[in-house]
Amino acid sequence: MDLPQITAVMRPQSRAALPVWQAGHAYLAGGTWMFSEPQPATDTLVDLHALDWPALEVSEAGLRIGATCTIGALAAAPVIAPGTGTAHFPAHWLAARVIAPCCQALLGSFKIAAIATVGGNVCLALAASPMLALTVALDGVAVTWSVAGERTIPMVDFAIGPQQTVLGAGEVLRAIDLPSAALCRRAAMRQVSLTQHGRSAALLIATRDPAGPFALTITAATRYPLRLDWPAPPTEAALDDAIAALPPAVWYDDLHGQPAWRRHMTRRLAIELLMELA
Amino acid sequence: MFVNGLDQPFTPAPGQCLRTLLRDLGWFGVKKGCDSGDCGACTVLIDGAAVQSCLYPAWRAEGRQVTTIEGLDGVHPVQQGFLDAQGFQCGFCTPGMILTAAALTPAQRDELPVAMKGNLCRCTGYRAVADAVAGVCHVGAAPGHDPAPDAGAIVGGTARYTLDIDMPGLLHMRLLRSPHAHARVRSIETAAALAVPGVVAVYTHYDVPDRLYSTARHEDFRADPDDTRLLDDTMRHVGQRVAAVVAESAAAAEAGCAALEVGYDVLPAVFDPDAAMAPGAPVLHAKQGVRIAEPLRNIVGRVSRRTGDVEAGFARAAVIREITCDLPRAQHTALETHATIAWMDGDTLTVRSSTQVPFLVRTALADLLGVPAQQIRVLCGRVGGGFGGKQEMLTEDICAWATHRLGRPVQLELTRAEVFAATTTRHPMRVTVRAGAAADGSLTALSVDVTANAGAYGNHSATVLDHACAELMSLYRCHDTRVDGVAVYTNTVPSGAFRGYGLGQTLFALEQVIDMLAHDLNIDPVAFRRRAMIRPGDPISHGGLDDIEFGSYGLDQCLDLVAAGLAAGNDVPAPDGPDWCVGQGVALSMLATSPPFGHRAESRLHVAADGAFDLMVGTAEFGSGTSTVHVQVAAEMLGTTPQHIRLHRADTALVGYDTGAFGSTGTMIAARATEYAAGAMRSLILNAAAAASGCDVSACRLTEGGVLCGNRLLLLRDLPGAGAGLAVLRKADASPRSLSFNVHGFRVAVNRGTGAIVILRSVHAADAGRVINPMQCRGQIEGGVAQALGAHLFEALVIDASGTVANPEFRHYHIPTWADVPRTDVFFADTHDAFGPLGAKSMSEAPFNPVGAALANALADATKMRFTAPPFTADRVWALLAA
Repeated sequence: MDLPQITAVMRPQSRAALPVWQAGHAYLAGGTWMFSEPQPATDTLVDLHALDWPALEVSEAGLRIGATCTIGALAAAPVIAPGTGTAHFPAHWLAARVIAPCCQALLGSFKIAAIATVGGNVCLALAASPMLALTVALDGVAVTWSVAGERTIPMVDFAIGPQQTVLGAGEVLRAIDLPSAALCRRAAMRQVSLTQHGRSAALLIATRDPAGPFALTITAATRYPLRLDWPAPPTEAALDDAIAALPPAVWYDDLHGQPAWRRHMTRRLAIELLMELA
Repeated sequence: MFVNGLDQPFTPAPGQCLRTLLRDLGWFGVKKGCDSGDCGACTVLIDGAAVQSCLYPAWRAEGRQVTTIEGLDGVHPVQQGFLDAQGFQCGFCTPGMILTAAALTPAQRDELPVAMKGNLCRCTGYRAVADAVAGVCHVGAAPGHDPAPDAGAIVGGTARYTLDIDMPGLLHMRLLRSPHAHARVRSIETAAALAVPGVVAVYTHYDVPDRLYSTARHEDFRADPDDTRLLDDTMRHVGQRVAAVVAESAAAAEAGCAALEVGYDVLPAVFDPDAAMAPGAPVLHAKQGVRIAEPLRNIVGRVSRRTGDVEAGFARAAVIREITCDLPRAQHTALETHATIAWMDGDTLTVRSSTQVPFLVRTALADLLGVPAQQIRVLCGRVGGGFGGKQEMLTEDICAWATHRLGRPVQLELTRAEVFAATTTRHPMRVTVRAGAAADGSLTALSVDVTANAGAYGNHSATVLDHACAELMSLYRCHDTRVDGVAVYTNTVPSGAFRGYGLGQTLFALEQVIDMLAHDLNIDPVAFRRRAMIRPGDPISHGGLDDIEFGSYGLDQCLDLVAAGLAAGNDVPAPDGPDWCVGQGVALSMLATSPPFGHRAESRLHVAADGAFDLMVGTAEFGSGTSTVHVQVAAEMLGTTPQHIRLHRADTALVGYDTGAFGSTGTMIAARATEYAAGAMRSLILNAAAAASGCDVSACRLTEGGVLCGNRLLLLRDLPGAGAGLAVLRKADASPRSLSFNVHGFRVAVNRGTGAIVILRSVHAADAGRVINPMQCRGQIEGGVAQALGAHLFEALVIDASGTVANPEFRHYHIPTWADVPRTDVFFADTHDAFGPLGAKSMSEAPFNPVGAALANALADATKMRFTAPPFTADRVWALLAA
């Protein structure tokens, strides 16, 4: 929609050109959320596109996802054939198999995914954010820029509630690093929604490290991503107990699923994941 | 920026989205459906990729190649597919559908329900769209499968909807809306708003006449209570208009609204109908209002009817069952929002609006503005969906008022959020049905109580309540009945006309009780219905009106067709797993073919100088396909083909009068006027041809483009009077009314562990009389089924503790997407109506009505529990099953 309150668009081409932050500024990545709602508190958009950050960088250390990498590009990356010039992932990155389905858990269609960015999705921090789920499950670390310099934030600590993150005013997400060790784990995903291909009411990812550790990431059912870690795969009962023991206030209550059902589905899907990775 | 290959001037505003820029450049094929990236109607191609242009910052299009629907070369294969399958009804979503489908990769085409999830269609139920994308051809494939007259314009993007016109000097109106559910406006400071650059005028309750009217529109204005002011000093729901700001741009009007300073005295509010009727409740319309049943108890409408002695009937019953159901608010969500452009054409106030009822709007505007009706012209472009939501004057009044005052063109376009939060909804209802049956399965007593939540204004509530309690009471043969209903004001968004007009809500309860009685008596539910349901000759209770006759009867056929359809199998396989249980259910419905408060239509027919026919009708086309029916009826009567008939419609300047398109009257009444006109024209032509040729009339026969007089062909354009005197006008009205019937059947699987529902089979049978265009009628039925599935599976407009609509956007009010709608097998009863044109009956609203009850019966059969409160989302179903 038109945002008539916007009076200026800044398009910095380098880090040095990022503006001195002021009230009324907002970073713009893909724009698929920004232009979907009235933005009465915003008068200046700082468009990150011209910074021209690489979308995906594969290295020995792992995968760096540029904050302006589109969700569509991330979804396509693991399946792109070598020689096309685009990132393709080493075969031993077993966890890459959950990337595409996770991207498809986005409520928006492929048209949105082609424009919406990974960084925008995690910074918006909706409970149903599939990029939060993915990056928390794969030990992601956010790299941010601010006037104070650069800092890193483990993705598990990044979102603290629906549409709430730990980012400071003017702090911009530059990239998310997924370490190679996490990508080498086996991984599986479950998603449920009240409607076919709809907004996630629960989105769970489990990973199992060859060395033993098992981790369960719970999102969408909860107000912010939760991660449960075990040194070795737990028993079904232990897994269920751990979920049952979560404080009642973590379960998300909005129009896309009653909290009791989200909790029930989380327990059910977690057991399925445990069995799948057995 | 290049659009469709043309280098375009490129001066985007900083916060402008590409959609607005493209429309400002005149590319009207780019539609605004939701403005938030949820519906896909604004889809364009940017460098070949499908993009929702409402989310795309305009400045990013610099140097890009943009393709709109107008720019698809020639006839693109996808466009041809939409023509061949008639993959549209109102057509508002079609440009976005076509461009999205055209951009799909082969892999995406293999997963269409996923790939197309970002394109919403409210009319079709997606089957026709799926056939279009798959290249299935229906047009011309069977008798009567004539294409819609606008088909080419719709798929080409040149069909003009309400706001698709270029209007120099156009002003824009925005409305300030109440943040309070109940409040008195103490003060309004307008100076700051008037000081906003570009603001031309601000209107408040001080500026408008102290005249009460109803936004509901009916043939008889006395059907609805007068309780609404153009701008009021009392706010009765969150979202009510407080003030209107007119400005040179929409942005300036919006800034003007933001600059208004309003002081409110907040009053106690009531949201629940029972609470609203209780002593001490806030009274909404104490001091003003006409035709309100009991203003001091907030009761706007009341129904109370008896036949026989219901207590005696219960005393005779072998079994008695009762159910109470709560039906939620649903929204029509026509993809084109309510909108009006008004301008002065000399002395004539001209109003172009998205309405089902242009003539009734003209009458209302004449009263409201104090202008003779002859000086007001109301017309429609193509209308992007209605469903009852546009049988209501919600934008025309204030927009025309401003134009009348300013003498300048003014546009008011509601946002999607305004449509959700501040237009009208389906009536929320609590319905209790108690019924008794004898051991043989005959009904001995039927007792019904209805409480309808009218919302803050009465508009359609009394009539919806009346209709909810009318056909309902005659669907089964029962001598001893009682029905009592109230429609109650509350401080919530008003309820209004909605497809089915209240009957779907009450049938939802009745048809469940019928199943319960059958179960108690150990009789198959289909067999029970076959024995107990209405038959020709049975008395029909319809609010004491005696103008209904069985013009035809196909309920028995419909029930048999659905039973056979369910028995035939052809199911989607039930999912594997121990948690799944399977059940099936059916439900009936019966609908009078026209509204009870009178309904009139006129058709004019000319032979033009070129020998074609000009057919002029009042009916608006909003996707229900009446245009096609008019043309087919005229063509059949005149012995010609639809290509020789030019349809002109929905303009008060064209014909004398037309009540409008609601209550499924497009076919039943308006097309009957066309049938009469065409019949008269036939005689006129044959006589003229006989005189011109010297042949006897009996030797003259109408043929395509001319008259065969003996062996000689006389072309119509050569007939004396072509282009002048060969003209007729005919009128039709609503009496007597006939009855149409629908039966729906479902087989469903329910997962006890998750609450998920999968529809395994969906079968619908309709008695629409003679089906003039089976392809189109099937589309209407599928669309009605899909809309009803949405209303019972997902949709509920939620009112929060402050009285505010909590989900005024598609992303939080889920309407069915491609993936959500199962295939429905559609069957037609073989009947021929005595009163409808060429034997046809209405079939627009009716298919909606039995669907919810059939679904609830199938759920009950599967789970052995009764489901009384839609929507049946997995979380709610699981909560019931787990309790």
